[in-house]
Amino acid sequence: MPSNKSVSDAPITQFVNCRILKDHKLQWEDLWVREGKILNPEKLFFDEEGFADHKVDCEDKIIAPGFIDVQINGGYGIDFSQASSDIRGGVALVAKKILEHGVTSFCPTLVTSPSDIYHKVIPELRVQDGGPEGAGVLGIHLEGPFISEEKRGAHPPKFLRTFKAGGLADLMEIYGHLDNVAMVTLAPELANSAAAIHELSGRGIAVSLGHSMADLSQAEEAVQHGAKFITHLFNAMLPFHHRDPGIVGLLTSDRVPPGRTVYYGMIADGIHTHPAALRIAHRAHPAGLVLVTDAVMAMGLPPGRHTLGQQQIDIQGLHAYLTGTTTLSGSIATMDMCVRHFREASGCTVEAALEAASLHPAQMLGISHRKGTLEYGTDAGINASFGACFTFLFFYN
Amino acid sequence: MKLIILDDYEQVSEWTAKYIRNRIKKFNPGPDRFFTLGLPTGSTPLGCYKKLIEYHKKGEISFQYVKTFNMDEYVGLPRDHPESYHSFMWNNFFKHIDIRAENAHILDGNASNLEKECQDFEAKIKAAGGIELFVGGIGPDGHIAFNEPGSSLVSRTRVKTLAMDTILANARFFDGDLSKVPTMALTVGVGTVMDAREVMILITGSHKAFALYKAIEEGVNHMWTVSAFQQHPQTVFVCDEDATQELRVKTVKYFKGIMDVHNKMVEEP
Repeated sequence: MPSNKSVSDAPITQFVNCRILKDHKLQWEDLWVREGKILNPEKLFFDEEGFADHKVDCEDKIIAPGFIDVQINGGYGIDFSQASSDIRGGVALVAKKILEHGVTSFCPTLVTSPSDIYHKVIPELRVQDGGPEGAGVLGIHLEGPFISEEKRGAHPPKFLRTFKAGGLADLMEIYGHLDNVAMVTLAPELANSAAAIHELSGRGIAVSLGHSMADLSQAEEAVQHGAKFITHLFNAMLPFHHRDPGIVGLLTSDRVPPGRTVYYGMIADGIHTHPAALRIAHRAHPAGLVLVTDAVMAMGLPPGRHTLGQQQIDIQGLHAYLTGTTTLSGSIATMDMCVRHFREASGCTVEAALEAASLHPAQMLGISHRKGTLEYGTDAGINASFGACFTFLFFYN
Repeated sequence: MKLIILDDYEQVSEWTAKYIRNRIKKFNPGPDRFFTLGLPTGSTPLGCYKKLIEYHKKGEISFQYVKTFNMDEYVGLPRDHPESYHSFMWNNFFKHIDIRAENAHILDGNASNLEKECQDFEAKIKAAGGIELFVGGIGPDGHIAFNEPGSSLVSRTRVKTLAMDTILANARFFDGDLSKVPTMALTVGVGTVMDAREVMILITGSHKAFALYKAIEEGVNHMWTVSAFQQHPQTVFVCDEDATQELRVKTVKYFKGIMDVHNKMVEEP
């Protein structure tokens, strides 16, 4: 019988015997993919009189949208904040490796660095689509240098900066380029931060609050100017206080402009956040929770001493410390570990855990019409799948 | 007429599905010899579809060489509306089986020329060699497909305005909002179904009991269009106990008494 695929001759793959994450629920449904996009099988049937060329038996596994990691500093020996001789090769290596953790899109993150590093590295970290060769780069996450000295964490103090006027000139002077940038983390209590937040938000760059001493009203003002994310909640900010909840208070603030959601990153590696704190945040504002790895260059490497940005770190088990201190300098947990840990610690549903790593980051970045879901027409990028006992298998179209 | 009386809806669904399965297998369709099947929509046949899907998944039946012709479709409802009959057939049947789209025929309620669409449908049935088995349901007002009371018993596929009873019965699929229910539909005619070599009508529930009574114990009457099948040589009515409540005890006893013979038709082939 001839097929009449009036729209395209590209082969169609049908994933059967699977549960897919759709409409916030896991449902026994087949998933159809053609040319890197999720296909509507009903339209295919009635409009094109088409059918599947290949069927893949998923053996009852779950198909979830690919994970999106918006804070990852490197891995497998690659440090995004270093101006190595082969920056693109380094990104490509990490991009390929993180596919194994279910991450199909990411924001390579640069910690506070001197201006010449930004000028060299930013043009090399290009936005690009994902594929079987590696996760896609959504854009760079610039974590610093406009952050608080007291809350700098592992960031080198001598490269911290303040805003002169906060406008484009300041940003361009430090960063050099803003193309390819998807997110900037800054401390809103710095003078003239409002102008910077406006400038960045106006360019479609997500502004995140972090490494900051801001109180709640400063944080709320920043949100009103356009900030929409909190960098690793609880870490590198004032702790929650019942008379001034600080940045943490954004989770339940009543001064968030209507129609907008404040999202917040959580490093759910069991180390950076106590499970009870994770639960408090999750219960207070489940829709805003975004899982991030904040993985450092040592992720994927054996224990020992390594370089991160302009500093040295020590790996011990699942901990990464600034050499000679007890300051955590990022995590080495992988995204799939974070999803599992989050689910175990919070007792949330599998759907909620998967959405925290896919739908929510996509919503925060404003790309949920293309990524982070399995809706028809979205990028089929990659299907990550967890079995009932969380064994991991993944497919690519 | 054969009247098959079973205990409940599940049994009706199973019996009907087995009957269809056996009929297709006995026919032994192939690439040059398709089995043509007329199909209904609605809540009554849902259980039967589920069973057919089950048999298909077990490998007992293939729909590769089956051509289907649905009875009806709403006019003016977008094809991908969740309540369209296209959506119903896709979600409840087609997507679970191995039928090819070019063999699944459903009237297009959004065609620019509705009359031509109806005529083309009749032509497609003819080109396919007529319908082997037409499966249908019955409305509380005794209608088959959308052949509302007063429809000609020799009618063909055409556009119909729906009766208030039908609109009320359908409202539950449109959030209970009468203004959202389509008022017109394309439907096969009584005559179209009468042309099939065999007709099978499913009737379940006490709200259909009066219609069943009118269909088989009273005369042939265009106010109860299902009664037309009294004049068809091969009709099977499959119903549950609740649907028999308006029938004479004598009728029910007679047909229950010959169930052994009827059950042979659904044995594993």
